Order: sequence, then structure tokens, then C-alpha cells
Amino acid sequence: MAIEIRIPTILRSYTDGAKSVEGSGDTLADVIADLDSRHGGLQERLVDDSGLRRFVNVYLNDEDVRFLGGLSAPVRDGDTITVLPAVAGGGL
Amino acid sequence: MLTMPGALRDAIIAHARADHPDEACGVIAGPAGGDRPERFIPMTNAERSPTFYRFDSMEQLRVWREMDERDEEPVVIYHSHTATEAYPSRTDIAYAMEPGAHYVLVSTRHSEEVEFRSFRIVDGVVTEEEVRVAEDDPAGGRLLE
Repeated sequence: MAIEIRIPTILRSYTDGAKSVEGSGDTLADVIADLDSRHGGLQERLVDDSGLRRFVNVYLNDEDVRFLGGLSAPVRDGDTITVLPAVAGGGL
Repeated sequence: MLTMPGALRDAIIAHARADHPDEACGVIAGPAGGDRPERFIPMTNAERSPTFYRFDSMEQLRVWREMDERDEEPVVIYHSHTATEAYPSRTDIAYAMEPGAHYVLVSTRHSEEVEFRSFRIVDGVVTEEEVRVAEDDPAGGRLLE
């Protein structure tokens, strides 16, 4: 069994339009690196020098990974990772 | 062009007025690919700020999953500006990540006057579009001009 990663519309250009892809790894960082090896460019959209990009939400199963250790969050086969761009903005 | 029932437009304006002076935000979901806003979903502004909004991340996960299960998409993403015009700010443009959505902006800077406008925001380019308010008729209905 692998880890399922659900990809939002705006990033499906990296996955040939696929809504979900499979990956593997022991931590979220591993999974993202694994994905990037097949879907080049995806990592840069999710991660910057300081960790997960501020306006990208990443969930491990039902939890925001920010509460699970961010990129070092441990993952297991059968887990689902969901990526959603934050919906944000404002008058200034 | 954005065509929407008057009741949904009124619901957005009421939400914006209720949360003033903080910015209000939310979604109107509709059938995937249908470009028809139908289901009003007011969202929590996790920032509770007069100058910024961000959907609460856990609420967003729940709502996005629900849309997935119902084969819906976010047809409209709305928020209010409380001191400036109903036009996308640089922040709005930088964070706009749903190229298929109608971005609706409401300004609550004047208590009597309604400012309600809709935009497409794709790759940093803003295009205003006409808003037509239709009667609440599932068949499309007549338009109230």
C-alpha cells in the first residue's frame, strides 16, 4: 500500500491533470521529495527555505500537518495527504 | 459573467455587514463544471481582521471534502473589504489560487451603499465581469435587471 496525495486544481498541471497521485516515504518531507522525482516542480510549490509554504495547507488524514510537526510529520502506508491552497487575501 | 440568485447575493451582503468591521469570507458551491452558484457556505475568517482574511484551515478541509463528495466546486469565493473599494487588492491577487472561481468582492465602507463586484483572477491578471441577478428559479429563471 502507498500513500495517497490529493492534488488541488491549481497544481494538477504537475500531475498530468490527476486529482490524486501515490507516493512513499517515512515523513511528509520524504513523500514530497518522492513526488517531486516524478512530478518535477511540485516540491517548490509546497516548500520554501523555511519549511511548508505559508499559504499552502497540507493535511495528513484529518489533521493540519502544522499540528503534527510540519515537514517532519511521520507518515505511514495507507495515509492520505491532502493539499489545499489557503484561501486568503484582504483589503491592504 | 456571473449569474446568481438574488437570495445568494443578499446572503453575501448580509454576512459582510454582520462581520463589519472585520472582513467576512465564504464560498458558494455549485455542481462541478456547471458555473451555477447554489449552496451558500459562510466561512470563519481565522484572522478576524479588518484588513485580512484567511479561511480556517480545518473548516476549509471539511467544506472542500464535502464539495468533493457532492461533486461540487467553489463557484464563488467571496470576501469583504471594510474600508476600501470592492476591487482585488495586491494581496487578493497574490493569494488567488482558484482559477475557475468567480471572486466576489463586497465593500462595507459605506453603510447605505452596496458595492458588489465579481472578478476572475488568473495568473495575477484581474478581469472584472458582469453580475446578473436571476430569480430563485432552478431552471434559470428570468433575469431581474
